[in-house]
Amino acid sequence: MQKDGSSSEAPSNHLGRVRHRKRSSEVSQDANKTNGANLLVNDRNKYKSMLIRTYSSLWMIGGFIFIIYMGHLYIWAMIVVIQIFMARELFNLLRKANEDRQLPGFRLLNWHFFFTAMLFTYGRFLSRQLVNTVTSDKLLYQLVSWVIKYQMVICYFLYIAGFVWFILTLKKKMYKYQFSQYAWTHMILLIVFVQSSFTVANIFEGIFWFLLPASLIVINDIAAYFFGFFFGRTPLIKLSPKKTWEGFIGALGTTMFSAFVLANLMGCFQWLTCPRKDLSTGWLHCDPGPMFKPEYYPLPGWVPHWFPWKEVPIMPVQWHALALGLFASIIAPFGGFFASGFKRAFKFKDFGDSIPGHGGITDRMDCQMVMAVFAYIYHQSFVMPQSFSVEMILDQILRNLTFEEQQILYEQLGKIFQDRQSMLT
Amino acid sequence: MQKDGSSNDTPSNHLGRIRHRKRSTEVSQDANKANGANLLVDDRNKYKSMLIRAHSSLWMMGGFAFIIYMGHLYIWAMIVVIQIFMARELFNLLRKANEDRQLPGFRLLNWHFFFTAMLFTYGRFLSRQLVNTVTSDKLLYQLVSGLIKYQMVICYFLYIAGFVWFILALKKKMYKYQFSQYAWTHMILLIVFVQSSFTVANIFEGIFWFLLPASLIVINDIAAYFFGFFFGRTPLIKLSPKKTWEGFIGALVTTMFSAFVLANLMGRFRWLTCPRKDLATAWLHCDPGPMFKAEYYSLPGWVPQSFPWKEVSILPVQWHALALGLFASIIAPFGGFFASGFKRAFKFKDFGDSIPGHGGITDRMDCQMVMAVFAYIYHQSFVMPQSFSVEMILDQILRNLSFEEQQILYQQLGKIFRDRRAMLP
Repeated sequence: MQKDGSSSEAPSNHLGRVRHRKRSSEVSQDANKTNGANLLVNDRNKYKSMLIRTYSSLWMIGGFIFIIYMGHLYIWAMIVVIQIFMARELFNLLRKANEDRQLPGFRLLNWHFFFTAMLFTYGRFLSRQLVNTVTSDKLLYQLVSWVIKYQMVICYFLYIAGFVWFILTLKKKMYKYQFSQYAWTHMILLIVFVQSSFTVANIFEGIFWFLLPASLIVINDIAAYFFGFFFGRTPLIKLSPKKTWEGFIGALGTTMFSAFVLANLMGCFQWLTCPRKDLSTGWLHCDPGPMFKPEYYPLPGWVPHWFPWKEVPIMPVQWHALALGLFASIIAPFGGFFASGFKRAFKFKDFGDSIPGHGGITDRMDCQMVMAVFAYIYHQSFVMPQSFSVEMILDQILRNLTFEEQQILYEQLGKIFQDRQSMLT
Repeated sequence: MQKDGSSNDTPSNHLGRIRHRKRSTEVSQDANKANGANLLVDDRNKYKSMLIRAHSSLWMMGGFAFIIYMGHLYIWAMIVVIQIFMARELFNLLRKANEDRQLPGFRLLNWHFFFTAMLFTYGRFLSRQLVNTVTSDKLLYQLVSGLIKYQMVICYFLYIAGFVWFILALKKKMYKYQFSQYAWTHMILLIVFVQSSFTVANIFEGIFWFLLPASLIVINDIAAYFFGFFFGRTPLIKLSPKKTWEGFIGALVTTMFSAFVLANLMGRFRWLTCPRKDLATAWLHCDPGPMFKAEYYSLPGWVPQSFPWKEVSILPVQWHALALGLFASIIAPFGGFFASGFKRAFKFKDFGDSIPGHGGITDRMDCQMVMAVFAYIYHQSFVMPQSFSVEMILDQILRNLSFEEQQILYQQLGKIFRDRRAMLP
C-alpha cells in the first residue's frame, strides 16, 4: 500500500485490506503493467476502502454513544459481548485444523474456562451491586448471598473440573499441541478478563472513569495520524515503520489538552459522574463529591481586560485527567506495538475480520486494554484512596455476618465511640 | 528399569537415574551380554540409588521438621527459597541456547517480573502482619504504610516497565522466540506464585493449615507406592503406566484415616494452631478457637466393656481434615499426571536435578501445589466463617484500625445500611 506519511498504525495498515484480500495478486499484476491506468484503479479502491472504514467507524461511534446513553448495565453487556468476540478470535488464532479434528470437545474446554473466569471476575467485582439489586425478593436474596459466600469454592471446583477433564483427554502424540493450547487459553483469558473486569469496576464507579480514558485513546490515535500526515519525518520504532516522532509528540500535546477540556465537559453530567450502587437502569441522582466541584482560580494579571471571564472554574478531576492523558500518549501505544510484534512473530495480518476496514476486535482494543488497567489502578490509588484494612474488614463483615449480626456490630461500635467521646470530655 | 509393580510415580521413574545418567549406554550393553552378571550389577546400582534416594528424603524431612520448629517466619523464608529454585528450573526449561546468545539481558527480564510478582503477592497477603511488626518505629511505620497504600501502583509500574523493556528489546527474526518466552514466563509466575502465596497465607493462619495438607500428600504418595507394590494389578491411567487402581484406593483409605488421626495430634499444639499476627519469631499464646476444642462423643453400645475409654474426644477440625484427605487422594494426584504429561509432551525426563535421586524441585512439588491452593480456598470458605463472630470482628476492628479508620468504617457501614433500607419497599 502507498505510504501516506501517516503515523497512525490503524488507517494505512488496513487500507483496502478487505476489498483486496482476495485480489491482492490482481492489483500487483496491474501495477506491473501500466502506471497510469493503475493509479486510477488504486485510487478508486483506496477511496472505496476509506469509505468502508469511515462507515464502520461511524457505526461503532454511534453505537457506543447510544450504549453510554442507555446506562451502566448496557455498557456492561456491551463489554461482555466484546469479550466473547475477542476470546473467540484469539482462541481460533493458533489452532491447527488437523489436530483439532482428532480432539473432539477440546474447543468446549476453552469455553468452560471462559465461563469460569467470567463467574469469578464478575462475582468479585460486582458482588455488592448484585446483592443490592435482589434485596426485594427474600428467596432470591438468600440464593445470591449463598452464591457470593461460596463463590471462590464454586469457581475453584469449576476450574479443577476443567483441569481434570484436560488431563483425561490427553491423547498420545498430541501432548505438545494440547499443552500449548492449554497455556494459550490461560494467557488469552488473563488478557481478556483482567482488563475487562477492571473496566467494568470503573464503570460502576461512574461512567466518567470509563468514557474519559477510552476517548483519550481514540483522540491520541487520530491526532497521531494527522500530525504524522502533515509533519511526519523521523520514524519512531522499527516495529511500526509508519509511526513518527512528530506524530507522537503532536498527539501528546493534543491528548493532554483534550484531557483537560474533556474532563471539565464530562464532569458536568451526573449521569457520568455518579456511581451505580446496584444493577438497575433508572436515572441517577447523587452528590458527585469534591472531585467534580469546580474551584475558581482568578486569571493572572497579563490577561487583557476585555476577556469576559475573570475566573477559571477548574474541577480537581481535571488534574487527574492530565495524568490519564499523559499515560494514554506515552505508554498506551506500547499495547499497539505489542500487538504488531505479536502479529509479525506469528505471521498474520489481523487478529480477525469482524469489523470491515479495521480488522478484528482485538485490533481495535489493543491500546484500550492497557489504558483500562491503568485507569482502574489510578482510580483505586489516587482518586478513591480507601484504606486497605478498612476495605478488607468491611468485606469480611458483609460476607460473613448476617444482617442481624451486622446491626449488632454497628450498634456496639457506636456505643464504643460514644464511650470514647465521653471519656475525652 | 525393572518394574516393581509399584504404583507410585516417583520411586521407579527416578530409580538409578542419577547413577546411570552418563552410563545408560554401558548398562544396556551389559544387559545384552551376560544375564547373570547383569542382574548383579543392576541390583547393586538399584540399592545404591535407593540409598541415595532415602538419604536425600531423610535430609528433606529433617530440614522440614527443623523449619517447622523454628516458626512462621522461617517457613516463609523456606517457601521463598523453594520458589526461586522452582522458577529458575522452569525458566531454564524451554530456553534455547542459540537464540539466547543473541539476546543479552533477556534472562534479567524474567527475574524482573519475578521480583514484581513477589512484591505484589506478599504485599497483598502479608500487609497486616508487616504493619503490626513495625508499629514500634514511627518513621518505619510511615514508610511501610505508604508502601502498602500505593502497593498496587508500584507493582503496576514495575510491570509496565518490564512490558516496555520487552517491546524495546524485540529483535528482528527473534519475535516468535521472544513472544513464546514472554508467555512462558507469565505461566511460570502464575503457577509458582498463586500456590506459594496461598501457602504463606495459610501458614500465618496457623502452621496446622500448612502442615496437615503437606503431610497428607506425602502419606498419599507413600501409601500408594506400598499398596501398589503388594497388590498392584489394574493400571490406573495411560499417562503414568506404573500407577494402579489398587494403589489408588488403598491410598485413599489410608489418607483419610491419617487425616482424621493427624488432625487430632496436631490440634493439641498451640505452636501449630495459633495464627501469627506479626512477623516476630517468639512463642505463641492464644485461644485456639472453637475449631480445636475437643468435643466428647460417647461410644455406641456395641463396644465391649473392656474398652478403657467410654468417650471419644473429637476436635471439630477433624471433620475438615477428612475433606482435605479426600481431596489429597482424589484430585491432587492429577497435579502429578499434569507434570508427567507435560514432561512427555516436551520430551524431557525431569524438571531439573537439584535433589539427588528425586529430580528437580518441581518434581517434588507438583501435587503439593494443587493441594496448597485447595487448602487455602477451603480454609477461607469453610473454616474461617465458622470462627467468625461479632466479638471477633469487633476485636479486629479495635486492634487493627486507627481511630480515623474506625470512624470511616462506621460511616461506610451506616451508609450501606441506609442504602439497603432504601431498596426495600
